[in-house]
Amino acid sequence: MKAADSIIELRGVSKSFGPVVAVDDVSFEIRRGEFFSLLGPSGCGKTTLLRILGGFEHPTTGDVLIDGQSVVGVPAYQRPTNMVFQSYAIFPHLNVHDNIAYGLRRLKLGKRDMADRVEQALELIKLPGYGDRAAHELSGGQRQRVALARALVRRPKVLLLDEPLGALDKKLREEMQLELRQLQRTIGITFVFVTHDQEEALTLSDRIAVMSHGKTLQIDRAAALYEAPSSRAVAEFIGSMNLFEGRLISSEGGLAKVDAGPFGMLSARAEAPLPALGSIVSVAIRPEKLAISREPRPGLNSIEGSVRTEAYFGDRSHFYVSVPGAERLVAVAHQNAFRSFKESEAVGQPVWLTWSPESAILLTE
Amino acid sequence: MGQGASSESNGGAAATAAATPEHRSTARSASLPLFDRLEWLRGYLLMSPTLLLISATLVAPLAALVLISFWMQSGFDLDPTPTLRNYRYLLEPGPPTYWLKIPFPFEHPVYPILLVKSILLSLAVTFAVILTAYPMAYFLAFRVRRHKLLWLILVTVPLWTSYLLRVFAWKIVLGYNGAINSGLLSLGLIEKPLEFLLYNPVAVIITLTHAWAAFAILPIYVSLEKIDRSLLEAATDLGDGPWHRFLRVTLPLSAPGTISAALLVFIPTVGDYVTPTLVGGSGGHMVGNAIQSLFGRQNDAPLGAALSIVMMLSVTLLVCLFMWLVGFASMRRRRR
Amino acid sequence: MRFRLILPLYALLFLIFLYGPVLLMPVFSFNDNMFTTFPLKAFTFKHYAGLAYNSGMINALHNSLRVGFSVSIASTIVGLLAAIALTRYSLPGRAPITGMIMLPLVVPSVILGVALLVILRQVLDVELTLWTVGVGHLLLCVPFSMLVLVSRLEGFDRSLEEASADLGENQWMTFWRITFPLVLPGIIASLLMSFTISFDEFVLAFFLSGTEPTLPVYLFSQLRFPQRLPSTMALGSLILFVSALVIVISEILRQRGFEAAKPLRTAS
Repeated sequence: MKAADSIIELRGVSKSFGPVVAVDDVSFEIRRGEFFSLLGPSGCGKTTLLRILGGFEHPTTGDVLIDGQSVVGVPAYQRPTNMVFQSYAIFPHLNVHDNIAYGLRRLKLGKRDMADRVEQALELIKLPGYGDRAAHELSGGQRQRVALARALVRRPKVLLLDEPLGALDKKLREEMQLELRQLQRTIGITFVFVTHDQEEALTLSDRIAVMSHGKTLQIDRAAALYEAPSSRAVAEFIGSMNLFEGRLISSEGGLAKVDAGPFGMLSARAEAPLPALGSIVSVAIRPEKLAISREPRPGLNSIEGSVRTEAYFGDRSHFYVSVPGAERLVAVAHQNAFRSFKESEAVGQPVWLTWSPESAILLTE
Repeated sequence: MGQGASSESNGGAAATAAATPEHRSTARSASLPLFDRLEWLRGYLLMSPTLLLISATLVAPLAALVLISFWMQSGFDLDPTPTLRNYRYLLEPGPPTYWLKIPFPFEHPVYPILLVKSILLSLAVTFAVILTAYPMAYFLAFRVRRHKLLWLILVTVPLWTSYLLRVFAWKIVLGYNGAINSGLLSLGLIEKPLEFLLYNPVAVIITLTHAWAAFAILPIYVSLEKIDRSLLEAATDLGDGPWHRFLRVTLPLSAPGTISAALLVFIPTVGDYVTPTLVGGSGGHMVGNAIQSLFGRQNDAPLGAALSIVMMLSVTLLVCLFMWLVGFASMRRRRR
Repeated sequence: MRFRLILPLYALLFLIFLYGPVLLMPVFSFNDNMFTTFPLKAFTFKHYAGLAYNSGMINALHNSLRVGFSVSIASTIVGLLAAIALTRYSLPGRAPITGMIMLPLVVPSVILGVALLVILRQVLDVELTLWTVGVGHLLLCVPFSMLVLVSRLEGFDRSLEEASADLGENQWMTFWRITFPLVLPGIIASLLMSFTISFDEFVLAFFLSGTEPTLPVYLFSQLRFPQRLPSTMALGSLILFVSALVIVISEILRQRGFEAAKPLRTAS
């Protein structure tokens, strides 16, 4: 997609509440029709950013464009966006039909049109015939659907979702994730989705903006964020990452060599932009890309250590290995389908951790 | 999306229609008008009727009261030349007069004695109120499980009924021809009506305690109700019996509510008017009666104003002293 | 076991202490006797029947109703605006402002009465009428109205109003379509409470009513005449009954409505 096809554009947006800077000079674009997530720990500014898009907060500085027009100063009720609130905000004094029809009044539709639209919306969220239900008769999942229908029935250019699945239990949440994704594909409206759950963001989104302390750290597709995080912060927020610090000494044939002191010479994928030779870098490797064995394997990066504990997850186990010179235990994910290690034997034993140079990357910050 | 497939296509159509939404154009992107940006200004606009009311009916009258306390009554008119005479009249030292063996070294000891008497009566009332209200609040907070709302309403309803009538009720109970006397007479327990029931300080204390007890329950109840039940379980777990647990956990944690209740009772009671008028007799008069009489029959508003201000200042001073003594501020902080 | 009975027993005694003296008034008001004495004689309605022909009482009742209705409406409007300001806007200096509004709850009524009297008579030289009583009562009622409405406004999810804005309604329409219906039980409670406070209030009315007495002022003036004691008690009983009824209704409304408007918890 070209940049010209962006539906939302943020230009140097900042928002402070008194001395607290919630959003700090953020600029990026969201493309038309994409499922875009804002991911970060609580307090990172993602909800504030969403509320700026919805018109509930106004940026201290910077410009926000929706569909090419600046919306700074446009109140929430005049914006082409609609929101699914974290609490769902289902009006307790109105039934389901009236909740969904709430936003249609301003559109000056005929009575028939209005009824049709509400009916369609109820079908869309798989709650046909629920129009007469009172708000308090709905379950959590149903409430979430009604909130969705109420927002979509206005056919917004952008749908904003503020942790809409946070209040649901795990099973229902996974179901709703799937439905939400399908729904978004069917209706093609741009979704901006706020979550602190990285798995949720990875499964749902076309692209994800990882946020921390009011700034965007990286904006990319899920796979790219996981495979090629741009910083240690992103790497550690999404999944877990083992890091070995050292000095970059050479780079040739797509591989970088790092003198990692106590860990020996390690190699990793060399990707542009490559840090200056001689600078301090970290060789980063995901737990599932480490192999654990009794002997070192030639041709691969190898580190010796001893198993401290095992965490058993059923389909896989995590071994935590202490490596001389490393501050933290090194995590190794081991698929139990090919279980070659028994925990009773593993703990306390000296082992070798090996990985192929292509599966490691270099991180500078 | 499973079933509803036929209407699904409609939904799909709606989706493509999303590209041409029916929202009104957002071309108008001027920045917010000043009025919208200054949130506090709108807040103050909404607040302004209240502020106006408070200024006109509380601040200004109190200021006027302070002002005329420096004036003089001359005949039926007021002389607005500033003077401290009213205050001097109230506080001028003189040979001591004894009341309850307390020396009052004032030239005109009537009002100082009345003020001290009012404060002592209020203290007694406050003490009695807390003693009666605390167990009831405890009962409501910890023992009532079902029909809690009913109990709360039962306790609060008398608060909303006429104060005048509640005081009057005690006149019926304690009077010479009242319920207690006639009841005891008809039972043959006494031969002639007891005269010491009504028109004395004790009647004032009983009546005021009755008037305020239900009121004091509420803040105490709230502070008891807020206590995390696991704290009590922890105390038991750590070896406290019910009594020690109450003294070491419940009582300290409910202290802020109890102290608030005490202050809310004490402060307005010092200046009470209805109760001493109806059941106090001459021995049970309080400073509120004196103030009313100075503004009314005695026609010396400036002296009445000065007495009001001396009373309010004394109460404020006592309350501040008390709060400082018990470390109220730090107690509330700890409670959070 | 016996120990556990002490508190319920105390609670019972407390309620007797609380209600006993007050309930004696209706008891004696139905008693065919000029004095409030036991044993009771015969049951009679005549003290009540007499009230219907008492023009002074009717007049005072009329005054009280007029003041009560006006004060309750004014207090609720003013209190609602203040409550919205306190809960929906960031208001610099909210603590001192709230403190000021609550001050009439602790200042003795006599002080408020004489202070208002001074400014009305000495400074402004206004005639004492029912208007002056109403102004005094408004001062006492606004804190209550505001407290009730603040807790009501704080009791429901703020995002309901944001959702309304999000769905295209401006502030004014959001107020009428969302805020008002949800606050309505609180508004009714505030109306009822303010009415009761004004209807029962004596001291301020005593200072500020001039030649037009309200019902409590009239009742107070009757206390001086022993021969009118039975009809005074009949009147008092009626007043007690009305205010108790009004308050029970308002309390139930306040609590009931509260449940419905709490942020809906998601059932999983």
